[in-house]
Amino acid sequence: MHTPLKTGPSLAILAGALALSACASKAPKELPPEPGPATSTDAGTGTLGPVPGSQADFVQVMMGADTIYFDTDRYDVDSADQVALAKQAQWLARYPAKRATIEGHCDERGTRDYNLALGERRANAAKNYLVSLGIDAGRLSTVSYGKERPIALGSNEQAWAQNRRAVTVTID
Amino acid sequence: MTARTLSLVLLLALAGAVPATAQDAPAAATSPAATASPDAGPDTGVAVAEDGGLTGSVSDESEWQDLGIAITTFATDADVPTRTNAGTTADLGRALSQIIAANLKNNGLFKPSGPQGLPQPAYAQVQAPDYPVWSMRSADMLVQGYVRANADGQITVGCYLYDVALKQPLAKGGWVVAPADWRRAAHKCSDLVYSRLSGESPFFDSRIAYIAETGPKGHRMKRLAVMDSDGANHRYLTSGQATALTPRYSPDYRKILYLSYLNGQPSIYVYDLASDTQQLITRNTNPTFAPRWSPDGKWILYSMATSGNTDIYRISSAGGGAAQRLTDTPGIDIGGSYSPDGGQIVFESDRSGSQQVYVMNADGSNQRRISFFGGRSATPEWSPRGDQIAFTHIAGNLRVAVMRPDGGGMRYLTDSWQDEAPTWSPNGRIIQFFRTTRDSGLTSIWQVDLTGRNERKLPTPVGASDPAWGPIRP
Repeated sequence: MHTPLKTGPSLAILAGALALSACASKAPKELPPEPGPATSTDAGTGTLGPVPGSQADFVQVMMGADTIYFDTDRYDVDSADQVALAKQAQWLARYPAKRATIEGHCDERGTRDYNLALGERRANAAKNYLVSLGIDAGRLSTVSYGKERPIALGSNEQAWAQNRRAVTVTID
Repeated sequence: MTARTLSLVLLLALAGAVPATAQDAPAAATSPAATASPDAGPDTGVAVAEDGGLTGSVSDESEWQDLGIAITTFATDADVPTRTNAGTTADLGRALSQIIAANLKNNGLFKPSGPQGLPQPAYAQVQAPDYPVWSMRSADMLVQGYVRANADGQITVGCYLYDVALKQPLAKGGWVVAPADWRRAAHKCSDLVYSRLSGESPFFDSRIAYIAETGPKGHRMKRLAVMDSDGANHRYLTSGQATALTPRYSPDYRKILYLSYLNGQPSIYVYDLASDTQQLITRNTNPTFAPRWSPDGKWILYSMATSGNTDIYRISSAGGGAAQRLTDTPGIDIGGSYSPDGGQIVFESDRSGSQQVYVMNADGSNQRRISFFGGRSATPEWSPRGDQIAFTHIAGNLRVAVMRPDGGGMRYLTDSWQDEAPTWSPNGRIIQFFRTTRDSGLTSIWQVDLTGRNERKLPTPVGASDPAWGPIRP
């Protein structure tokens, strides 16, 4: 019965840290793990989350900042995109051995060939910004999926806005 | 492929020589001339000119689309089994006339009747029509024909077009086809009737490459597929493991250029139909898009992105040569379609800030914008006749439109939520495109004539996009 008492404070600190980072962006996709019987008082070890430096870790740390969004027919990196890309660059700087592919996408309201080229241009815009933040260009590749891989399946402005995107995927 | 080509060379000779080479033919039409005049009398062979070079009068040329055409069941001298998938020669006779009637009807060209419900001419009547019977039935035109099984397994088909009012033959043709190619004889006969009555070049004996689509919008499988102009002889060429897009038949039908994600990156491959093998057109780590053939098949156009900037290149289709870059503006230059003489290329560029249509010489010189319609203009395709350019106009909805090569005379041909990627019939009279359904994202291939009035959906086994209509088959 005294074990929970012993680990109580450190778990509280962990929960506080998670709550804090949740405030910085949208709601976390996964709830923190159940506080089971602790075997260590050392909070924040890797046993509670994805392997540090993995794609799963990247997705969890980014909290949505792995994707940047574009206006119709545009490929410029706006201020919101810059914040997201800076966060990506921070992670990539922490794991210098990691490589990443940036996937460029378009909404369905364009012609097929042009969207392939536009997706490539969007992926390169993201790549170039990461390079400007000091990430080695050799670590970053691009691929365009044009309008072939929508993530939002509706045919409305909201869905199209979600589909005009560049997604950074690190390579495990 | 070689054997197939040879038999079609033979068929042209047969136009005047059916009775000579096939002694069992119905009556005697003895003229060996390939360009004889139909005015010379009913016993004279009538020209089958592929280029529409026939002269002569039709009952009412101005209203040819309203002509009543009776299409009769093709007769046979002996009802015997064949190596075709249609059955006996009598079965073939019925099937051939049904295909011809469907071809002429489905394309909004004529108002054909038959073969059901019409008298069936006997073999001996094929070249000696019973004109009073057809006059009584108010037929303006009459199509008759015959089928014979040859000793070597090949099939001989004869096709005759008669003017009922003038009581004289207008055109005839004969073809020897391999059993697997029997439908081509029906398409050739359809082309003969259509060309003779409309004065237009033929288009039925052609094929279409396209992308077959299955699965939900968020996980769609896209496979390279081919079919005849009427949707028959459908065949998948890729398994669907890698997404395939934007095919183009080579002018000789031996190869197909298309885009595949086989290696992860979108890249242009050339698929060899005889060997079912494929290879990359360039060894390059950059993505390549939008492949096109020159009209003579000697050049391949493709678009390649370098650091996000896409330009158009051309390379010899024979391989070995260096690629030549044709555009060099910042921005996206993509696509491309040759004028019929190969001298110019119409393409798409967003150098002005949005997608617009440009024309350049085939070496890349003299680039100039031709689309000034508001909105965006994309996917230009030069008509095989040279007189029009079909394209996708984007102003909210995506619609198929045509314009003259100088950018004038813009006309919409379709009005739907999303129609794109026009491709021309071999004679430049009909356009196919693909239509996407809102929300579901389901795709289908449609065609429309240049009036915009005759629009119809093509029958395909599954969803279909990116149609590419090939030329008349060699």
